Amino acid sequence: MEVTQVLLNAQSVDGSVRKHAEESLKRFQDENLAGFLLSLSGELSSDEKPVDSRRLAGLILKNALDAKEQHRKFELVQRWLSLDVGVKTQIKHCLLQTLSSHVHEARSTASQVIAKVAGIELPQKQWPELISSLLANIHQVPVHVKQATLETLGYMCEEVSPDVVEQEHVNKILTAVVQGMNSSEGSTDVRLAATRAMYNTLSFAQANFSNDMERDYIMKVVCEATLSSELKIRQAAFECLVSISSSYYEKIAPYMQDIFNITAKAVKEDEEPVALQAIEFWSSICDEEIDILEDYAGDFAGDSEIPCFYFIKKALPALVPMLLETLLKQEEDQDQDEGVWNLAMAGGTCLGLVARTVGDDIVPLVMPFIEENISKPDWRQREAATYAFGSILEGPSPDKLTPLVNVALNFMLTALTTDPNNHVKDTTAWTLGRIFEFLHGSSMETPIITQANCQQIITVLLQSMKDAPNVAEKACGALYFLTQGFEDIDQTSPLTPYFQEIVQSLLLVTHREDAGESRLRTAAYETLNEVVRCSTDETVPMVLQLVPVIMMELHKTLEEHNLSSDERRKQNELQGLLCGCLQVIIQKLGSLEQTKYAFMQYADQIMNLFLRVFAFRSATVHEEAMLAIGSLAYSTGQDFAKYMPEFYKYLEMGLQNFEEYQVCAVTVGVVGDICRALEEKVLPWCDGIMTQLLKDLSSNQLHRSVKPPIFSCFGDIALAIGENFEKYLMYAMPMLQSAAELSAHTSSADDEMIEYTNLLRNGILEAYSGIFQGFKNSPKTQLLIPHAPHIVQFLDLIYMEKDMDDMVMKTAIGVLGDLADTLGSNAGSLIQQSLSSKDFLNECLSSDDHVIKESAEWAKLAIGRAISI
Amino acid sequence: MAPHDIRRPFKRAAISDQQKRRELSLQRQAQNRTEAQLQARRLASSILSFPNHNSDPQPLESLEPLVEEIVEEPETDAAGDITEIDIRQAARLKGSEARRWFASQLMLPEWMIDVPDRLVEDWYVFARPSGKRCFVVSSNGTTVSRLRNGSQLHRFPSALPNGAKTKESRSAQSYCILDCIFHELDQTYYVIDMVCWAGISFYECTAEFRFFWMNSKLVESGACEAPSNYHRYRFSLIPVYGCDHEGLQTAYTGEVPYVKDGLLFYNKHAHYQTGNTPLVLVWKDETCSQYVIDTDNKGQVPNQQQVVLELQDNGQLVTSDDPPVVLGCLNATFTQETGLHSGNLVRFAVNDGGLTFVDGKLEKADLHYVGKVHRARAFADSYSKIIFQYMVRNSPLRIEHLFASMGTVSEQGSNEVEMVG
Repeated sequence: MEVTQVLLNAQSVDGSVRKHAEESLKRFQDENLAGFLLSLSGELSSDEKPVDSRRLAGLILKNALDAKEQHRKFELVQRWLSLDVGVKTQIKHCLLQTLSSHVHEARSTASQVIAKVAGIELPQKQWPELISSLLANIHQVPVHVKQATLETLGYMCEEVSPDVVEQEHVNKILTAVVQGMNSSEGSTDVRLAATRAMYNTLSFAQANFSNDMERDYIMKVVCEATLSSELKIRQAAFECLVSISSSYYEKIAPYMQDIFNITAKAVKEDEEPVALQAIEFWSSICDEEIDILEDYAGDFAGDSEIPCFYFIKKALPALVPMLLETLLKQEEDQDQDEGVWNLAMAGGTCLGLVARTVGDDIVPLVMPFIEENISKPDWRQREAATYAFGSILEGPSPDKLTPLVNVALNFMLTALTTDPNNHVKDTTAWTLGRIFEFLHGSSMETPIITQANCQQIITVLLQSMKDAPNVAEKACGALYFLTQGFEDIDQTSPLTPYFQEIVQSLLLVTHREDAGESRLRTAAYETLNEVVRCSTDETVPMVLQLVPVIMMELHKTLEEHNLSSDERRKQNELQGLLCGCLQVIIQKLGSLEQTKYAFMQYADQIMNLFLRVFAFRSATVHEEAMLAIGSLAYSTGQDFAKYMPEFYKYLEMGLQNFEEYQVCAVTVGVVGDICRALEEKVLPWCDGIMTQLLKDLSSNQLHRSVKPPIFSCFGDIALAIGENFEKYLMYAMPMLQSAAELSAHTSSADDEMIEYTNLLRNGILEAYSGIFQGFKNSPKTQLLIPHAPHIVQFLDLIYMEKDMDDMVMKTAIGVLGDLADTLGSNAGSLIQQSLSSKDFLNECLSSDDHVIKESAEWAKLAIGRAISI
Repeated sequence: MAPHDIRRPFKRAAISDQQKRRELSLQRQAQNRTEAQLQARRLASSILSFPNHNSDPQPLESLEPLVEEIVEEPETDAAGDITEIDIRQAARLKGSEARRWFASQLMLPEWMIDVPDRLVEDWYVFARPSGKRCFVVSSNGTTVSRLRNGSQLHRFPSALPNGAKTKESRSAQSYCILDCIFHELDQTYYVIDMVCWAGISFYECTAEFRFFWMNSKLVESGACEAPSNYHRYRFSLIPVYGCDHEGLQTAYTGEVPYVKDGLLFYNKHAHYQTGNTPLVLVWKDETCSQYVIDTDNKGQVPNQQQVVLELQDNGQLVTSDDPPVVLGCLNATFTQETGLHSGNLVRFAVNDGGLTFVDGKLEKADLHYVGKVHRARAFADSYSKIIFQYMVRNSPLRIEHLFASMGTVSEQGSNEVEMVG
């Protein structure tokens, strides 16, 4: 096969030629994979071939080694590993050879493919000579080979995890990279490649960063690179600094003064891409310190592994003026353009993070700037002043802020109505929202909303909802947080007199011609949702009146046909918003005695609408409607059974949706709702549901976050159908057991894994709980006896590992009780013999958490009975 | 390697409303699951006995006003056939069933006829409010109080869990049962014990634990606040003291906002059990009660102490205790003449011969036949009641004796010699 021509044809402008070429490539691959990959690598490495065919050859090779979806990636890895060694050696030889090509694109493509192969082979301890042969290249004279090799090292470090590369190799790679970055390096291309490679190599440099001399040298080289005459090198060097700030926070104290000078200079003088990275450095330091200080404040006071160096606090007097300067560099239309990210935005965002890091200390440093600029004729000054005020509202204490806000509030309300500039109004409305979000609510000692100003605030916000879309959207946001602040009020809310007007204004907004801009429609519905959630005894009858209105809106979307793809997308989005709104309404009205009965009159019609929405089959609508149906099932109770025949197929579809795992997760939750609503009446649907859930669990395509809720769902089903769960035991129990065992083997390396392990264990334990309670008082209880020993062992293990969170603790001690409760004397001796049951129980009994204590008290009773029998 | 994206959210709230909707749904589901679990657990952990008295169960719904009502402690028989019913169902019972069930569920104190050991260490004391002893049950958005015979006293909204149709997201399983005394003067329910709270059963918990929860939960719920639209009667906690010298003194003489009717003593380790128990004791004298000596239905103190006993097959007259105590015997001729049958409750007066004790045990009683007791009365008097009333008329157990026992206990505690008398 003449592969060159086929590869060129595959890029032809002529569709039929292209299609034919793609088909022959696919055939070639299917019939002879090894030959196919060999000829592609040959094509890529041959300087006699055209650039276009070489590039595509490299791309296809790359795609033959990696894919986005986890399961596909796994298949490709297995496929490569099982290829003939000789073939692989030849391909790898071609790839390395390509790094010396004079054609830049070929080199660049090859370096990416090499990294992919390394990503597969290095963890398997294959291709041991790769790193040495790359490093040998570094010492070659031709600049382009050096450049390509550094690029390859960079890609490789991005691809493989640090633990598969020996320290000896790491040292050599770092040496090569640092050398390439050095100002003595003559070639700009090499310096740039080396600086970018440094970014990926940093995560390998743990040991080197612990060595003072080596760390000093790396920092020196990186800092020098920020002063390069090449913009791209400066930008890449600042990226390295950002990465160092989060990976090596605890090691950078000696360099902070220099870094401050470098970043301050960049923010003031350098081009935007570089200045943005310089600001990002400080934002990233804030992220670190906020995390550390949160740990300090949390349960593990003083236990944090990394101490806080208070870099932000120390830099504050210089840092704040630098950031305030950036606020004045706004672009004209930045509020209307989604994709913009500029100096003013980055600086403002950083200022907000600084406020969260240092709290009260920032206020006196920002107030003079606000006072000086807030009334200036230039809109940039007014906007910058307002933005600065909005930024510091989260972090400092209410004591510090409330007096300022009381003074500012009136000014803001006036500005929102009268300022001629759209940008200023946008920021003003946003700032009002921040005021309500952080300084208004039942937990505040001094209320900022009073009988006296409430009416004015609402009048201004409703008026602003008629302003330009971006301003109206922020006004909706402000109303959202204003409403949220009253959520704890049971009866007479200060919003009560305006309730009707607020709802009507929001509905008007959703009907604006331009509601599609600046996500205005979404904001209006979200605010309506919050208004519904916070409605009180007095206003909830008006929510009831909203039901037919929203139903009618949803009905209208279902009547429109023959839409263009763009219109269809918008329609789907609208359906999502309406289903979301109905869900909130159902949840509210269905849970109140006062409205429940009247609301239930609509249940049939609402369910019918949801079923029609499913026919549209868009992921977001699907999810929102599903969520809403869960709420409906909860409110309807046993009567939900009548919807099951029609609804079931969509339930099944939701459970099969591996790709959009959120949809799958939501559907699993709805199965739980239905179990609790229908109780034993769910039985006819359980075969199908269980089959689907078991398939989900055995699939490696499904996102792992859905697995814990599926286990919990087993418990829901068992609790609902009791001993009828018998026929699923032979499937469910081994799966639970192996998941329990698997959770024991996860090395609790990082927090994320510990968190997931806890979620998984909680799911498994909830399943056991439901199964035990479901079988209680049944003659089939003895079916569970064989499973009891490993469950007790599992509980022992959980207790002894000491990684459990409160949730797992509560569920676990509950399971011990369930086991005793259901199995009685059969469990008694098992529990008495267990390694840690007694200690576990005592620890829970003396817990400060009353939920754990409650579970433990119950377990104590059940165990006491089981042992005494 | 292109530069990495460093854009951060700008003028955006931390979480979207969609995320909030998801999270609220997950929270609701988790809460519902927990409730379903708790409900299932309660199904067995709180099975209670439902005493099924007498061979001819009396239709209590046709309860007539008592002709010869005596203001006195109810005396129940804790034994008997057992129909198992769980309190979750009990909270849902209506009408006659509810009356029947609740009539048998109160924990009843014995009368204090001697001072228990370890009073200081193991006992609580508090001043009992005068009024109607009742169970208060909140469920399904309403609250019902039931008197000791099971009949309904009030139906009203309250701030107890699920006690009024106001609060959101209260599940149907959430309910509570409190042991109270309704005090007419200030229209307040004084809570003396907690049996169930928010669906959790406290039957098998110690008094110490129950009182601890009662104190924290009741205040949290807002039930102790002044009456309002959704909360018709105020509930009130009673100060409970450890039974040391100071605690007893405070309970005995301390100011309380209610009319006192004696002192109640609770053993800290006792579980809540239905019927008579020696682990809860009542004691009274004229200082702390208006009703020390039983009165008849006209409020008069009879000249002679009266007792109600049950006639058995063999003619023996017994108390309601388990096992019963025999106070005397009727011969067959007398039984026939008066038309009495086995199982009848019979009233006697205590004659001048009084009660005779040997070694601290009742040996004989000089009783005089008064008549049959109205059929609506279900139980004979208990032994402790008869003795207490007898002592009141002859040689009462005085508050000084209680204080004195504390002294001796602590003195003896240091020198534990077993006296063999």
